[in-house]
Amino acid sequence: MSWFKRKSEGITTKTEEKKETPDGLWNKCPSCKKVLHNSEQVENKYVCHHCGYHIRIGSKQYFEVLFDNNEFTELFSNLTSGDPLHFVDSKKYTDRIIETMAKTGLKDAIRAGVGKIEGQDLVIACMDFEFIGGSMGSVVGEKIARSIDYSLKNKIPFLMISKSGGARMMEAAFSLMQMAKTSAKLALLAEAKIPYVSLLTDPTTGGVTASYAMLGDINISEPGAMIGFAGPRVIKETIKKDLPKGFQSAEFVKEHGFLDFIVDRREMKAKIASFLRIVSNN
Amino acid sequence: MKPTFDFEKPISILMEELEKVKLAQEKTKVDFSATIREIEAKIDQTQHNVYNNLTGWQKVQMSRHPERPQTLDYIEMMCEDFIELHGDRTVKDDKAIVGGFATIEGKPVMIIGHQKGKNTKERQYRNFGMANPEGYRKALRLMKLAEKFKVPVICLIDTMGAYPGLEAEERGQGEAIARNLLEMSVLKVPVLCFIVGEGASGGALGIGIGDKVYMFEYSWYSVISPESCSSILWRSWDHKEKAADALKLTAEDMLKNKLIDGIVKEPLGGAQNAPDQMAATLKAQILTDLDELGKKKIEKLITERIDKFSSMGVVNEH
Repeated sequence: MSWFKRKSEGITTKTEEKKETPDGLWNKCPSCKKVLHNSEQVENKYVCHHCGYHIRIGSKQYFEVLFDNNEFTELFSNLTSGDPLHFVDSKKYTDRIIETMAKTGLKDAIRAGVGKIEGQDLVIACMDFEFIGGSMGSVVGEKIARSIDYSLKNKIPFLMISKSGGARMMEAAFSLMQMAKTSAKLALLAEAKIPYVSLLTDPTTGGVTASYAMLGDINISEPGAMIGFAGPRVIKETIKKDLPKGFQSAEFVKEHGFLDFIVDRREMKAKIASFLRIVSNN
Repeated sequence: MKPTFDFEKPISILMEELEKVKLAQEKTKVDFSATIREIEAKIDQTQHNVYNNLTGWQKVQMSRHPERPQTLDYIEMMCEDFIELHGDRTVKDDKAIVGGFATIEGKPVMIIGHQKGKNTKERQYRNFGMANPEGYRKALRLMKLAEKFKVPVICLIDTMGAYPGLEAEERGQGEAIARNLLEMSVLKVPVLCFIVGEGASGGALGIGIGDKVYMFEYSWYSVISPESCSSILWRSWDHKEKAADALKLTAEDMLKNKLIDGIVKEPLGGAQNAPDQMAATLKAQILTDLDELGKKKIEKLITERIDKFSSMGVVNEH
């Protein structure tokens, strides 16, 4: 006979009927921990109005921030990942893709769209970190390549928003070659003298930094974004020393000459639009 | 032959046996030639068995053989003249990537490649073949020079990766590699690339955009080394064999996946067993390709180069 007996049942909801708390009505700023209301965030372009922290956002929010009235035509939305190497780690790559699709509602770590920014045409390709760490596999490379082709064909400037942990290991050498593919396409864009703006957001590392992200006519970023080639842990293990404060921050990268400017997300649209007006004038 | 790896043990056991029999023959003056022939045949067969059935990880080990020829060895063995050029004109001279004008059978070429070094002192001097941004910028400067004088470029790739150091980040390792990818894809001279040993990630690709990209038989090429892949996916280095298989990093797999243009056959047991033979094979391949590529218009060559890399990748369209 037990000492205690439960009179009424505790949780009666079945596991499969469990609902996640709706995301984002109230959020905490990851930096200053103050509470932010969702509508405030949208209005403030997902920048904490207490401390100015730039909250990590995805393609949906960037399109909302940049395209006039959030109007745009999504491009190449039918592309999804193959599994050329039949890669299996803790789970099958194909299963991982399907699960991530269901969880995020995204098809891969990138979306592309064409629309207007302050009245000027612009193609934007934007990475999504939630999809396997924003890793670059064949779909990411192919969508960027096709976006550049679209820009070339229609003579529209191209904006690339990078946010990635680097190449996608599950596609191994196929991922590596996306660096070559995107860079080659950018060479064609440059020869056609079509403006290319590269926006590096938190975080941009590895093969993405070592290809399209660093090849803009202008490279720009947001305050505090982490930007680098090798990861900080690897560097620390290699040099066996602690890394200086602010190492690989956007400010650090700008100081060393690899970014043209760092822009507050609330002023980003105006600044990109004014750059495009100047260079597209002739 | 000194065995270097575990999988070469069966060969070395037979070799020892052969030595013993030969010694016995000398001492006792008894004719053992039949036994000797038998053992020699066995050795030959075992060698073929071992080297023709290497796993991914065993090929990675072969690619790292300490006596494997490196860029400067190949230049020495293939070229009549070599004028080494130094420096990126901005920061310094990177010792991990060497390069300069050379002639092969009288034909002028620009040869650029990783140099790992052969002993501890040399390896430190060469930073184990892991280049800093200056290395990639030196390589690009030399390629531009070659373009100016209409000299084809040959890249020999052998690196564990671009150096992940503090200064490398400060001086823009990512930008340096990215710039090379862009510039090489539109370089107005023929470019030949050979993975002669290790081809790790961006550090390899940074001098790896060519009209023809070849891998040596016992080399590897991928986005990450099997050790690092293992430590990321399985949180330990113990699964490197499994990682090597999963990454499909061998020349055979890479060719099957159409990510390279061909395989350069190595002497039995690897390039280090017969460096001269290896260099001769490489030289013949270079001459054949330069001849073929030289016949094409440069605009066509560049279009084909870009198209080749643009077609890499597997996606579904629904």
